[in-house]
Amino acid sequence: MSSAPRKTDIGPPHFEQFLPPVIKKNYGKWKGHEIIKPGVMVHVAASGDKLFTVRAATPRLLSIATLRLFADLADKYSGGHLRFTSRNNVEFLLSDPANVDPLIAELAREGYGVGGIGPAISNIVHTQGWVHCHSAASDASGVVKSVMDELYPYFAGTRTLPGKLRVAFACCLNMCGAVHCSDIAILGVHTHPPKINDKDVPKMCEIPSVVASCPTGAVRPATVDGASSVEVIQEQCMYCGNCFTVCPAMKMADAERDGISIWVGGKVSNARSEPKFSKLAVPFLPNNPPRWPEVVAAVSNLVTVYAAHARKFERMGEWIERIGWPQFFKLTGIPFTKYHIDDFRHAGETFRRSTHVRQSKEAET
Amino acid sequence: MSEKKRETPLLDELEKGPWPSFVKELKKEAARPMVQDLLGQLERSYEEKVGHWKHGGLVGVMGYGGGVIGRYSDLGEEFPACAEFHTMRINQPAGWFYTSTALRTIADIWDRHGSGVTNMHGSTGDIILLGTKTQELEPTFAELTEHGFDLGGSGSDMRTPSACVGPARCEWACYDTLGAVYDFTMQFQDELHRPAFPYKYKLKFAGCPNDCVASVARSDMSFIGTWRDEIQVDQEQVKAYAASGAIDVQKDVCDRCPTRCMSWDGKTLAIDDVNCVKCMHCINAMPRALAPGNDRGAAILIGAKAPIVGGALLSSVFVPFIKMEPPYEEIKELIGRIWDIWSEHGKNRERVGEFIQRIGLGNFLEQIGLDPVPEMIVAPRANPYIFYQDDVFAQPGEEA
Ligand code: SF4
Ligand code: SF4
Ligand code: SF4
Ligand code: SF4
Repeated sequence: MSSAPRKTDIGPPHFEQFLPPVIKKNYGKWKGHEIIKPGVMVHVAASGDKLFTVRAATPRLLSIATLRLFADLADKYSGGHLRFTSRNNVEFLLSDPANVDPLIAELAREGYGVGGIGPAISNIVHTQGWVHCHSAASDASGVVKSVMDELYPYFAGTRTLPGKLRVAFACCLNMCGAVHCSDIAILGVHTHPPKINDKDVPKMCEIPSVVASCPTGAVRPATVDGASSVEVIQEQCMYCGNCFTVCPAMKMADAERDGISIWVGGKVSNARSEPKFSKLAVPFLPNNPPRWPEVVAAVSNLVTVYAAHARKFERMGEWIERIGWPQFFKLTGIPFTKYHIDDFRHAGETFRRSTHVRQSKEAET
Repeated sequence: MSEKKRETPLLDELEKGPWPSFVKELKKEAARPMVQDLLGQLERSYEEKVGHWKHGGLVGVMGYGGGVIGRYSDLGEEFPACAEFHTMRINQPAGWFYTSTALRTIADIWDRHGSGVTNMHGSTGDIILLGTKTQELEPTFAELTEHGFDLGGSGSDMRTPSACVGPARCEWACYDTLGAVYDFTMQFQDELHRPAFPYKYKLKFAGCPNDCVASVARSDMSFIGTWRDEIQVDQEQVKAYAASGAIDVQKDVCDRCPTRCMSWDGKTLAIDDVNCVKCMHCINAMPRALAPGNDRGAAILIGAKAPIVGGALLSSVFVPFIKMEPPYEEIKELIGRIWDIWSEHGKNRERVGEFIQRIGLGNFLEQIGLDPVPEMIVAPRANPYIFYQDDVFAQPGEEA
């Protein structure tokens, strides 16, 4: 151990030391920007200075070998300056437009394509999955990779969209990542109550905190074979996994019953309409590694139908609100089921309490 | 130690295709036994369709209660090199800006002490160093602080605040998001590193209502830039957009304005700014022609969260407009008052949004000492179950 005093609470490094000179000079004085081509934009400052941004995809999970590669590319093309975006893309910040194309070529050679700016599909915000999390109902990286391979033309700009389309993935109801407000949200779900290991409960868990952890009050203290444990009222459980987070003896993972649900029409931006939650489109698809074909097909269908029908600038949720949910289910061919009707607290808020229905022959039963 | 090379036929499938492959990333570090075993365990998850991680265990660095997530394999005997696989969360530089030197510093430290696998970045914004053993935590921490980096939050603390790129590159930033996030992070180091709240508390700073950091969905306190005066219009540029044919000013801009407060006669774009709700649509559509006004600040919204425990919430208007200027004293005091009341009365694992729903926004405002204003609601209540108090008898202007 060195004798230097242990440093604590120093906080993050100050961002200013990492800003390229053109940003330092024009901080807060940008006039406008333009997308030059897929994955490349130029920002122009009041001073006339220009900053060229090249945005490349990353899988979020990055090796240090790749961090070093990005560092080398930054040294070679962008004066050593780069940043990451809130959606896990990497951006190189260039002053010299002559460096744009060579950088893109080198990124492509290394497997990091550019794109994701403007009305495109950007990286999928996602979570840890089987790579690192305890409560995952599905892997994250594998689903994201499979879906983005399919949607790649919308990232690279070879196919375009009417508006922005934000896709997010979370592997359980904890929803690390803004899944619940995305145009398309892919969500891992458990569909069965936890399996209680009565032997381990007293050793591994504090019973009162397990009981308190359940949002629906489904967990009750119980005596099993003379020892204290817990029981779950099965019909009160909605498989959120809260109890498992505080008590590892209540396993959620279930190879056959875990799977994926798909939600649509959420947004966080205030542009035009207010921010909104994503709503259920597909209640359940099986976990089918390594490529999750059912999930890829479902997402691809949603994107295609949206691209064909939405108006310029219209987000998924705005388009659906304009045409109505019955039409959404018709156009996408997704079956409407009892699972689409909310039955938790405040469920009635989503019931239609008017006769404002676009009547059609097919709606008759 | 297992030095075995693991076969991964299922994962190998994910090396194909145009999108960058996380499997390739893992294989770049596969000379390390820890990553070799991680690949082995992950392949097993792909075969069996279940995860193999166990939650928790108290691990961390001395004097800190957060910033490290303990993780253990439930197949530790089979995959001993990743039996312990803890995550360190490192507070990112604001706006996620790096120099090549800073990035190499992180890589070098993680080369010496961990798996060589990272997430750039985690959902909350931190640099995630994925996978190390307990005995490596202190030495990693010492090297990180030596190089100017510190841990982020986890558990029931203030989580690592984050901000959009803001004035560093965005012409729409209505305040200095990077300056603000740095200032608040430094102010609340203790709350960040030593969990003492009922549950997590997230702060997010977005420079304008486009909200590129999803603050309205993800933060207990969202600072969303906005303005009070008129949108700046360059009529010549509006005409240029119209002439270019790229934008139909009537159809794509005026007709899509949520309050229909714009009109276009083919020559001049008129905006009835009193009725503009600062949604950003017209500015996004014609960035060269329009810009936010000059009287800029932020709206503070409160209470967003994901579903766990009591259901998902979007944050809601708390302070409709405030100037965002250092040293942000008024806001810091407000945060202090919120934390006091929530810490005292909030239940375990109750986010502030849920707490407000339980006790009522009206009561919460009273406790905090903020006046209710109609900007906070979409509409007044429709239900007549009102809990009257004596102050209802006070005359207007009279102290109750
Ligand atoms: S979404 Fe759930 S399973 Fe996935 S990383 Fe977050 S807590 Fe873990
Ligand atoms: S999974 Fe959720 S709903 Fe079911 S018992 Fe556990 S905490 Fe309760
Ligand atoms: S939130 Fe607004 S100011 Fe911030 S980066 Fe996005 S568009 Fe720019
Ligand atoms: S910002 Fe939104 S509300 Fe205001 S004028 Fe533009 S489109 Fe209309």
